[in-house]
Amino acid sequence: MEADLVQRIARNPKYQELKARRSRFGWVLTVLVLVVYYGFVMLVAFNKAFLAQRLGEGVTTVGMPIGFGVIVFTILVTGIYVRRANREFDALTEEVAREALK
Amino acid sequence: MSRRTRATWWLGLAALACAGMAHAAGGDLGQTEKQPTNWTAIIMFAVFVVFTLFITKWAAARTKSAADFYTAGGGITGFQNGLAIAGDYMSAASFLGISAAVMTGGFDGLMYSIGFLVGWPVVTFLLAERLRNLGKFTFADVAAFRFGQTPIRVFAASGTLVVVAFYLIAQMVGAGQLIKLLFGLEYWIAVVIVGALMMIYVLFGGMTATTWVQIIKACLLLGGATFMALMVMWNFGFSPEAMFAKAVEVKTGLATAAGKAPEAAAKEGFSIMGPGGFIKDPISAISFGMALMFGTAGLPHILMRFFTVPNAKEARKSVFWATTWIGYFYLLTFIIGFGAITFVLTNSAFLDAKGGLLGGGNMAAVHLATAVGGNVFLGFISAVAFATILAVVAGLTLSGASAVSHDLYATVFKHGNADSTSELKVSRLTTIALGIIAVLLGIAFEKQNIAFMVSLAFAIAASANFPVLLMSVLWKDCTTKGAVVGGFLGLVSSVALTIVSPSVWEATLGNPKGSALFPYASPALFSMTLAFVAIWIVSLLDRGPRATQDRAGFLAQQVRSETGIGAAGASGH
Repeated sequence: MEADLVQRIARNPKYQELKARRSRFGWVLTVLVLVVYYGFVMLVAFNKAFLAQRLGEGVTTVGMPIGFGVIVFTILVTGIYVRRANREFDALTEEVAREALK
Repeated sequence: MSRRTRATWWLGLAALACAGMAHAAGGDLGQTEKQPTNWTAIIMFAVFVVFTLFITKWAAARTKSAADFYTAGGGITGFQNGLAIAGDYMSAASFLGISAAVMTGGFDGLMYSIGFLVGWPVVTFLLAERLRNLGKFTFADVAAFRFGQTPIRVFAASGTLVVVAFYLIAQMVGAGQLIKLLFGLEYWIAVVIVGALMMIYVLFGGMTATTWVQIIKACLLLGGATFMALMVMWNFGFSPEAMFAKAVEVKTGLATAAGKAPEAAAKEGFSIMGPGGFIKDPISAISFGMALMFGTAGLPHILMRFFTVPNAKEARKSVFWATTWIGYFYLLTFIIGFGAITFVLTNSAFLDAKGGLLGGGNMAAVHLATAVGGNVFLGFISAVAFATILAVVAGLTLSGASAVSHDLYATVFKHGNADSTSELKVSRLTTIALGIIAVLLGIAFEKQNIAFMVSLAFAIAASANFPVLLMSVLWKDCTTKGAVVGGFLGLVSSVALTIVSPSVWEATLGNPKGSALFPYASPALFSMTLAFVAIWIVSLLDRGPRATQDRAGFLAQQVRSETGIGAAGASGH
């Protein structure tokens, strides 16, 4: 890519906005995943009794829905990112590209 | 297809036929673990092989350039690529191993599944789109975007080949053992068949054939596992509580039978519902978790899949689909594991005299297949397990071959001036070499404990490839020197720490217990941190002319990684 094109795109406020928004969203979700996962690992390491207590009358424990929940959360959080990126970030990228290449 | 490729094609088929005949002539005089020859499984697998060979023939006609060979011309859709990634990632080890772990430890088995899954969102948020926008054929294209080509390519090719080698050995040995059990074939025949088929897929069909083999395998595996999980749930009226209750009852009964007092037996039975001995010390747990999580983001054969889609949007979609299918698959393995407690552990037909599983601990899902679907379904699941290994090794080989031909040959030796034809020739030669090496190593490692090899591959990927990739893409001040020094430190330290860890130093090398220098289960916490710190310090101290150039190149790299303007588009010729 030619240097002046790079400069032109980099100076475009829409590009700055795209970069900032996507980066913030990506890192916030990354930290969220790290907190959930390592929170779960720490719970397993330090509070086994909490996870092993029964939910009700039956044998199902607190740990089961939490463990399943982490798997479902992983899928959902990926879906949330992709949904927002497909709608918002792609539109912004297209605008940046259109303005840069006109 | 040229005349020469056609000739090699038939040669490959002939070799395969010979391997089959050698088996037929060899008879059934194998070792004790070998199961009786399972013809249903063999016929179903043969159908899979014939079908995939036709796909390979079709793919071969479309594999003309290096771009076709490495990335299927960039014409795979996000949904297809998602399935292919899932097919690449869901190995036979995770299908058989995790369901067996759940059968043995209940809740603890879930820890593996979650660990293997949580890397995917991170790949989505931080890497997938940027990889697609910056790269062409290999992850080294991305890592070396603004850096000195030779050092980064040499590092990336080393990282790729080391990860591929450990992963490949684990798959080959696993294939041999599994096929011996499931099909009743000799170990070496199984390894040779896997090696030969994988060479045929990759040599002739390149990425197109590999992708479709992975997609078909993913569908078969997901279909088979869904059927098993549904049958289990149906038996319990679709009530998880009923399934758990019965499993606790069975485990309690087994403990009582083993001579435990009623109270202790009840406690042991209920222990499958909560965390048990999986985490002994928190440091090991975190370190192991890091290896699984960030290793996913550094596996070369997975990263390579992002270059098969036309743009960043499809790359993003493909990780979403991959995460969905892999997560769904892990939920199924959990149900399958609990189902195996009830339907396998209580059925003497699946147990040996000592109460262990026939054929070894990893056979939980296989026996459950018989229990819920009879002999034909057992054949189907066995064939799927074999197909699973094929799909994984084909992806690994392709990634190893591209590291040699694209990173080393075309970029380092030819300084980027290699033409597509000669690059293609080098990749095919490398594929043959890798296939032969994989077969030989598979045979050499037959008796080795291979359980640590996959986790080692993940630890190396997390400690070498991932830090370099992340820092080169996101950190402006990263320099060539920093990336290479940090990357190699991560690579060497992760391998060295694994060698002096208990699982290798004591269990594999036979040194006395307690003599291991490194007490934890996984090196990632230390080796990955070391790599990041080294990249950071060396880059900051780097004041050479190359470093100035590296930093100056960041803006152009960032603009392209964010917008995709100027990215290698879909070469959908």
